[in-house]
Amino acid sequence: MIFLDNLINGLSLGSIYAIIALGYTMVYGIAKMLNFAHGDIIMVGAYVAFCGLQYWGLPPVAAILVAMAVCTVLGILIEGLAYRPLRQAASLAVLITAIGMSYLLQNLALMIWGANPKSFPRTFINSFSIQLGQLNVSSATIVTILANIVIMVALSLFINQTKVGKAMRCVSEDRGAAELMGINVNRTISLTFAIGSALAAIAGVLLCSSYPILQPTTGSMPGIKAFTAAVFGGIGSIPGAMIGGVLLGVIEIFGKAYISTELGDAIVFAVLIVVLLVKPTGLLGKPIREKV
Amino acid sequence: MSQLPKKHRSDTKMVPVPSHSIVPERDVNEIPVLETRHLGIEFGGLKAVDDFNLTIGKTEIAGLIGPNGAGKTTVFNMLTKVYEPTTGAVLINGKDLHGMSIVQASKLGIARTFQNIRLFDKMTVEENVRIGLHNQIKYDMFSGIFRLPRYWKQERKQHEKAMELLDIFGMQDLADEEAGSLPYGAQRRLEIVRALATDPKLLLLDEPAAGMNPKETEELMENIAKIRDQFQIAILLIEHDMSLVMGVCEGICVLNFGKVIAKGTADEIQANPVVIEAYLGKKKEG
Repeated sequence: MIFLDNLINGLSLGSIYAIIALGYTMVYGIAKMLNFAHGDIIMVGAYVAFCGLQYWGLPPVAAILVAMAVCTVLGILIEGLAYRPLRQAASLAVLITAIGMSYLLQNLALMIWGANPKSFPRTFINSFSIQLGQLNVSSATIVTILANIVIMVALSLFINQTKVGKAMRCVSEDRGAAELMGINVNRTISLTFAIGSALAAIAGVLLCSSYPILQPTTGSMPGIKAFTAAVFGGIGSIPGAMIGGVLLGVIEIFGKAYISTELGDAIVFAVLIVVLLVKPTGLLGKPIREKV
Repeated sequence: MSQLPKKHRSDTKMVPVPSHSIVPERDVNEIPVLETRHLGIEFGGLKAVDDFNLTIGKTEIAGLIGPNGAGKTTVFNMLTKVYEPTTGAVLINGKDLHGMSIVQASKLGIARTFQNIRLFDKMTVEENVRIGLHNQIKYDMFSGIFRLPRYWKQERKQHEKAMELLDIFGMQDLADEEAGSLPYGAQRRLEIVRALATDPKLLLLDEPAAGMNPKETEELMENIAKIRDQFQIAILLIEHDMSLVMGVCEGICVLNFGKVIAKGTADEIQANPVVIEAYLGKKKEG
């Protein structure tokens, strides 16, 4: 029973990682950069939803939608203002900019919402629990896992079936050739950031529904873990982010339960190191082919 | 222009070369599809291409030849706005490309293939062609996700268009194959189909026959002429296979060390001592 309990908790935590990892992996796949500010967009999304619920009296769904809208705009702005001018610059410059953007967002949150942790209000997401035999499953767990499945299905439909989705795949495979085929690369990259950031808002709400303490650094650790998950699954690959995220969540919970609570995070990163040693491209990553 | 009677082309007289800097043109009364004026580009002080002047008429097949490193692909990159020229201008149908993006240039009607094939390997053959049709698709994201009737109508139209284009090279039965798994020659042909899908006025082919056997090259030659006739477009090609260049190109421009050293018809080029020395002569030695 404890095993099943841990497994379900792991799947739930892993689903949150997977949703965040999607943002990393899509941006990496299409813009070929690591957006280290992604974790902080989660935090902003959670704060906006928190304000919606606590101060503006919005119903939960509306609060989530507002958070998604704010994060979408934020994502597009960050890309347009900070990353786009560096499109031709060395990747290191872009990486440093992303880290700077991460600190900027954290400190802006500190300015706006203060350093005191906020307690995330209860919503339909975490208001009840279901008794399955001896198993007690919280609604947050169920909603998180369901949300993950819905997002994965919708996203793969979008990427594989729609015109814009196909344009994204093209840009990811060969930006130059896509551009010469008449695909607007800047617009495609903006769209990628928009989708990734909207998903980050959802992840923020789900995260705070399970772990209801909200502070300006809330997004950092899940952000890093989700990045690990994306690399673990093979960065740039959408199914990879999904599998990497879920596995990482399960490994983390099992590690904490059966090995050591303190070493939970260390175990997660140890797994990453082992995977990278054995298969440097991640579980589903394809070997990189250099084009001359 | 597409309604021009077929005969028109063969009736058009080749205009005698008026100056050293212009390739023979099909019809002087029409605005040329491509005109470059004193086009040049420098990379860190090195003049990769200098004072490049070329005019291509509406349905002309022209060749750009020269030894390795002469700057041929650099010219293609300037024509498609991958590189911004340092000097001079590129005019497509009389419109100056200055300040335009790659996408805008593509919308004006330039399409190209690459020396090293750049297909979207993980997509199917049909998807690759449809990417070329990208800017001709008219449905929004929502009809795409929710499969509204508009989506299906467009899908059908696109499928038919893609098949029609693949038919040029008889590649319909390969439509569902992954592009990266095709044999080399087929990949080259698919790249041409993909470029044609963007509805170009000027098609740039960068070494279309590279890696093809003589039989495939011969077929390609026929197909290049067929494409020109069927789509009424101009074609500019870079090629090292002289049988193809001499066989299909009506005007040839020879580049060496970034400078045009000769222009003219196949016969004129073959007889030109400068070309023989710089290009053909060198090839024999090597």
